[in-house]
Amino acid sequence: MIDKRAESAAAAVADVRHGATIMIGGFGEAGSPIELIHALIDAGPRHLTVISNNTGSGRVGLAALIARGQVRKMICSYPRSANSMVFPELHRRGEIELELVPQGTLAERIRCGGAGIPAFYTATAVGTVLAQGKELRRFDDSEYVMERGLRADFSLVKADRADRYGNLVYRRTARNFGPIMCTAATTTIVQVREMAEVGAIDPEHVVTPGIFVDRIVVIPEPQQESVLVKEGRCYP
Amino acid sequence: MKGWNREEMAQRVAEDIPDGAYVNLGIGIPELVAQFVPRDREFVFQTENGLLGMGPTPPAGSEDPELINAGKKAVTAIPGAAYFHHADSFIMIRGGHIDVCVLGAMQVSARGDLANWSTGEADAIPAVGGAMDLVAGVKRILIVTEHTTKTGEPKIVAECTYPLTGRAVVDRIYTNLAVLDVTGEGLIVRELAPGVTLEEVQAKTGVRLLTSTPECAR
Repeated sequence: MIDKRAESAAAAVADVRHGATIMIGGFGEAGSPIELIHALIDAGPRHLTVISNNTGSGRVGLAALIARGQVRKMICSYPRSANSMVFPELHRRGEIELELVPQGTLAERIRCGGAGIPAFYTATAVGTVLAQGKELRRFDDSEYVMERGLRADFSLVKADRADRYGNLVYRRTARNFGPIMCTAATTTIVQVREMAEVGAIDPEHVVTPGIFVDRIVVIPEPQQESVLVKEGRCYP
Repeated sequence: MKGWNREEMAQRVAEDIPDGAYVNLGIGIPELVAQFVPRDREFVFQTENGLLGMGPTPPAGSEDPELINAGKKAVTAIPGAAYFHHADSFIMIRGGHIDVCVLGAMQVSARGDLANWSTGEADAIPAVGGAMDLVAGVKRILIVTEHTTKTGEPKIVAECTYPLTGRAVVDRIYTNLAVLDVTGEGLIVRELAPGVTLEEVQAKTGVRLLTSTPECAR
């Protein structure tokens, strides 16, 4: 019988090795799988490459993972936010690498990675420093830059509900990068608020079909990053 | 008071957006455009983090951290709204499905080059977000900005010195002093704010301006 539930967040991330590439969902705190990230901090793999839109805030979640020195390189579109100190400090000291990618190019690179498409051409960033060193090509009357698809060893994603097959439903704008990251990793690990009985999610409403999901962790009351930051909390 | 204030600039932008338009608003003055939708028109606001049909800020106490805009501020969803993932969101943007994008600027050149994401300073942490995707894909790019920097330097220049967001992407510029169109011939002054003279606009602009209408020649 298929049942993708993992025993715990710790069990779900236990095989993440040093040097792994990991996609982490979320746009700011919305959709950030904070319990899975904290389990990854506890597990302790280092030299990670992390693909995520932002770099976290305060000293919890993604920012805490970076603060622990576990991340060698960030691939993201917006490594700054009101409460984001960890990444800028480490980057200025040369202790963490940054690959800055326009947000739509980042999304499309992940989508292509998941779809088995190694590269694509886009008009985004043509004529800017973010196209430097990349292949340019004319199609019809316009110039485009070649970008590579992205894949990862693991994706860590937050959704709202799952069934044991791994079919997922998200909540509001916490969906963001989740569905595409689920498709682009060798192993996709999802934290959800609750499990649904098989058949309880209308097939018309499934956002991520279960084929893209490997492990599910139920976190009934996930922590809110902004609340932890306001309280000055620090993980671990 | 001479010239337009931030709200009047946003209102002036809103007047130019047609009924039924799909619109993406940047952070800052562009956000204010949502408050000035003309009574007889309907705009649908897209935010690139995955919502079409973005509504106003919720009342204090009813914010939802999972319902935010691209600036990570709490928003609402109007009846008829839709949520979607990031690849679909940027299909809307990069595929030319969004009609109008209103953005702020650090510099705009006479050719319509835009710089609005980085000062390029060595110790600055660069952050681009969706700006390069928006200028590359949205049908019409409107810039709303103060005419000069806080220290009085022109923001409308012959060549941008900051790193570019996109080349030849801007269609129209709205400032506290004037409305200007980017054309093949150069920047054309379309309208002057109340009490503002063409000479004053020219003095605060880093490139030669053209005029087209008698109204602007006054």
